[in-house]
Amino acid sequence: MKKLLALVLTLAMTLTAAFACAETLTMVTNVSFPPYEYYDGEEAVGIDVDIAKAICEKLGYEFALSDIDFGACIAAVQSGKADFCMAGLTVTDERKQMVNFTDSYATGIQSVIVKEGSDITSVDDLFAEGASHKIGVQQDTTGDIYTTGDIEEAGLGTVNRYQTGNDAVMALVSGKVDCVVIDNAPAKAFVEANTGLKVLDTEYAVEEYAACIAKENTELLESFNNALKELIADGTVQAIIDKYIPVE
Amino acid sequence: MLEQLSAWFEGVKAEFILNFVEKNRWKMLVTGLENTLIITFFALLIGMAIGVVIAVVRTTRDQTRQGKRGVGSALLAVADAICRIYTTVIRGTPVVVQLMIMYFIIFASSDNGVMIAIVAFGLNSGAYVSEIFRGGILAVDKGQMEAGRSLGLNYLQTMLHVIAPQVLKNVLPTLANEFIVLIKETSVAGYVAVSDLTFAGNRIRGATYSAFMPLIAVALIYLVLVMFLTWLVGKLERRLRQGDNR
Repeated sequence: MKKLLALVLTLAMTLTAAFACAETLTMVTNVSFPPYEYYDGEEAVGIDVDIAKAICEKLGYEFALSDIDFGACIAAVQSGKADFCMAGLTVTDERKQMVNFTDSYATGIQSVIVKEGSDITSVDDLFAEGASHKIGVQQDTTGDIYTTGDIEEAGLGTVNRYQTGNDAVMALVSGKVDCVVIDNAPAKAFVEANTGLKVLDTEYAVEEYAACIAKENTELLESFNNALKELIADGTVQAIIDKYIPVE
Repeated sequence: MLEQLSAWFEGVKAEFILNFVEKNRWKMLVTGLENTLIITFFALLIGMAIGVVIAVVRTTRDQTRQGKRGVGSALLAVADAICRIYTTVIRGTPVVVQLMIMYFIIFASSDNGVMIAIVAFGLNSGAYVSEIFRGGILAVDKGQMEAGRSLGLNYLQTMLHVIAPQVLKNVLPTLANEFIVLIKETSVAGYVAVSDLTFAGNRIRGATYSAFMPLIAVALIYLVLVMFLTWLVGKLERRLRQGDNR
């Protein structure tokens, strides 16, 4: 009887061990958003990627990443093609109806990039009466959502929607748009990489970044949040953020 | 059973309202369709113009005797070489890449995305149309040209009044095929921030996070467009064939 019990126990243990090894959490994102996610050579790196890896490690999952269009990320999570999404994703009410958000792990600021010497000197210039600016954004980002409502629908200009933030910045450099509305951290990275650009001092909006998980998957949401809480408490998250966004 | 059916119907209705009615999202599809039609129409004209010119240059060069000297044949040789390079480059590179090169490099200083898309798709289509016309011209029997010339028509007259009408009839099915391809090819215009039909569908998808309704709507609109075009070409073809039944 004892032998049998031992056999069953070892079998169960090897099975769970094998199971734990094989199980992967797939993160979906759009790798064109430095410093949250970008390619360093072949490998995707960044704040989101590092935090996701740390969480997967804590929960005992293998980490996998899938790089798709930003606009398709939430749908991928919703349909179960991926387990969670971290893409500098801002929590909005509309998105909350589709997926569950985890606790926030970073604050994002929507900034405005202009060419040096531009007649846009503060964010308020975009909303001035009679203003007519061409604004570049990455499609489906909060920058797109805000400017579509605040500017295009208010008749204060047009919005050009690009596939990546980089495309929008390239359009700004060649003068196709007057400014680009994008998250602050990538804005800084883009300004650094191109000469003749600057980020306006005033911010367009302040928002919270969080990962999102399918509505049905409440189990993962809970363990994800617990792991995130621990990582925030022991300073890992801050260390990762500091690594990519050096404190000035 | 009935309850389930009505619940399902309610779900579909809610999806429909969310994707098209709410915030007037259907208007995005309308402007998208407008842009798709504008881009396709003008790209078609550019493509036809380029295609006919190239086809005439290349067949004329092929049919005149090689080794002839003179300014005319030298010019023709240069034009022929240019046409060959153009066709090779355009057919050898994907249309998305050409579009991005046009937008970000060649027309870097222009902010008119629709115009740039028209030029890019027009140039692209021109290469394919030229081959269609070249095939059409080659398919007309050599005797037709000889007959025209011996009746006292000059080269251009023979081309216009004898060869061209036969060419048109020959190429119509393949030409219609190219137009259909062109309509659908414009769906990549979103890469350069042009809101065409596909892009409009993607924007709705990005706002509502539902895939089914926007994608199916976009697909249906393209399908209807292509079916309408096919019907139109079919009518034209039948009209042109009327002379055949004697």
